[in-house]
Amino acid sequence: MPKPWKAVLIHLLLAGGAFLSAMPFLWMLTTALKPESALYQPPLLFPVHFEWENFAKAWQAAPFPRFFLNSAVMTVGIVLAQTLLSAMAGYAFARMRFVGRDLLFFGVLGTMMIPFPVTLIPSFLVVNALGWIDTYNALIIPRAVSAFAIFLFRQFFLSLPRELEEAALIDGAGRLTIFFRIVLPLSTPVMAANAIFSFLFAWNDFLWPLIVTNSPDMRTVQVGLAMFQGQYGVFWTLLSAAATIVTLPAVLAFLAAQRQFIAGITNTGLKE
Amino acid sequence: MNGVRLQPTSTAVHRGWRRTLGELPSALLFLLPTVAVLGTFNFYPALYSLYLSLFEWNGLSPHREFVGLANYTRLLASGEFWNSLRVTLLYAGGVTLLALALGLLVAVLLNQPIRGQALYRVLYFLPVITPTVASGVVWKYLFDPTQGVVNRGLAEVGLEGPSWLSDPSWALVAVIVVGVWKRVGFNMVVYLAALQGIPKTYYEAAQLDGADSWQQFRHITLPLLAPTTFFLVVTALIDAFQVFDLVYVMTSGGPLGSTDVLGYYLYRQGFRYSELGFASAVAYVMFALIFLVTVIQFRLTRGGQDDA
Repeated sequence: MPKPWKAVLIHLLLAGGAFLSAMPFLWMLTTALKPESALYQPPLLFPVHFEWENFAKAWQAAPFPRFFLNSAVMTVGIVLAQTLLSAMAGYAFARMRFVGRDLLFFGVLGTMMIPFPVTLIPSFLVVNALGWIDTYNALIIPRAVSAFAIFLFRQFFLSLPRELEEAALIDGAGRLTIFFRIVLPLSTPVMAANAIFSFLFAWNDFLWPLIVTNSPDMRTVQVGLAMFQGQYGVFWTLLSAAATIVTLPAVLAFLAAQRQFIAGITNTGLKE
Repeated sequence: MNGVRLQPTSTAVHRGWRRTLGELPSALLFLLPTVAVLGTFNFYPALYSLYLSLFEWNGLSPHREFVGLANYTRLLASGEFWNSLRVTLLYAGGVTLLALALGLLVAVLLNQPIRGQALYRVLYFLPVITPTVASGVVWKYLFDPTQGVVNRGLAEVGLEGPSWLSDPSWALVAVIVVGVWKRVGFNMVVYLAALQGIPKTYYEAAQLDGADSWQQFRHITLPLLAPTTFFLVVTALIDAFQVFDLVYVMTSGGPLGSTDVLGYYLYRQGFRYSELGFASAVAYVMFALIFLVTVIQFRLTRGGQDDA
């Protein structure tokens, strides 16, 4: 047990750091709630009266409802696709025997070593050639598979006992039946951990949606916010309100699935 | 009778066939989407990027001109490119080192038996999951020369802050601050898990030998954390070499190219000036840089395993 003065010192340091860490959020929130005229007053952290209208103004100043819809469709699409397709691939790599399996698996892992900027221009050209610019296809399909998730699912399936599946195989069940009836229902923990990673990746993603969308109707929230900033440069109350709206889903998702998320990070961190 | 005699033979043939192919048909079904997507949007683009880097092409014209290595020689002769490389290395080095030190400090403090651990952990981790664009927008406000909280705070203690994002000698510092802010929580969480894995008996033995806290930290904690540190340095460098969103939102590479990181330089060349060949050459230089870090990591971790 630390001595009392030592505990106080530790708390002081930690609280100081935590304040610096959380201060931008506080500042964003309080600015979003201030009337424009109160901005120039001394740096009061809390507004004297709450200007909820800023949120409504920001929401209407740019097509944010549409951005939200686009981001929601893209995020749901990516989460579902990454979870299902990665689970299927992970299962094939963990359980099936076929020619070239290990080579293919290393190929999949190898894609994690290709930095995104390297594939950016050709991927854009492919999407363009397919006529997918300004479509949900462009936002979802190129990111429908995650090599990292495949790796996680494979590890998990390797740790499952084979007996259940073998019994079903002997009874003549096909691989698809076994996968959907027996294996998937057992893998909810990995699916949950993976879903939160996919969700945050998709919701926060910026560069790819920036490049494959032109029409304001197809912008996602992050691209929309960046454009909004370009137009409303120094309207800090509106900008803060918009930033708050865009941040909220990510923060809520993280708080809801905090445990799985942090466990996921530490597991991969320690395995290296 | 015939049928009975044929039965075993056909099964044997069937088995032989199965042995060579394995479960290829069902594996194909399970892997087809993965192979199609990774093939189309990872493997093919990685190779095609290299091919494109040998051409001069604006992306629209049906004619693309083969120029050999000219894009690379042009790159190496360009002051803009060297500036961009320098800025990227400064950003990556700054963010990696600072976030590593701060992450370790917070993890060590949090590893003490104190109250409120869970709350602290959440507060330090929030920046990690915050959308980069929103972070950039808010920090841009915090760094605003007159209205921003940073300079107002400095003014409170009698200091006059620089104009940060519009000052060529301070803009990169400001962007690094945000990069560090977004990274500390991740390092902290990984370090904390590693710290909790160190057996208490090591410290008890050291205390018996009369080692003070600093000596224990220096000779037990740090060496045992080395593999974690290594992992964190490599992942942070790889991430930081590719930084784009923050720069796009906060500075657009300016002022005077002082925050023009490679990711942003590539974006400008490719998508603003439509120099697809030249931009692909930039991409391959980034690839080489990241590959170098990965190779070093591979070598060193192998070396580490040999030692153990």
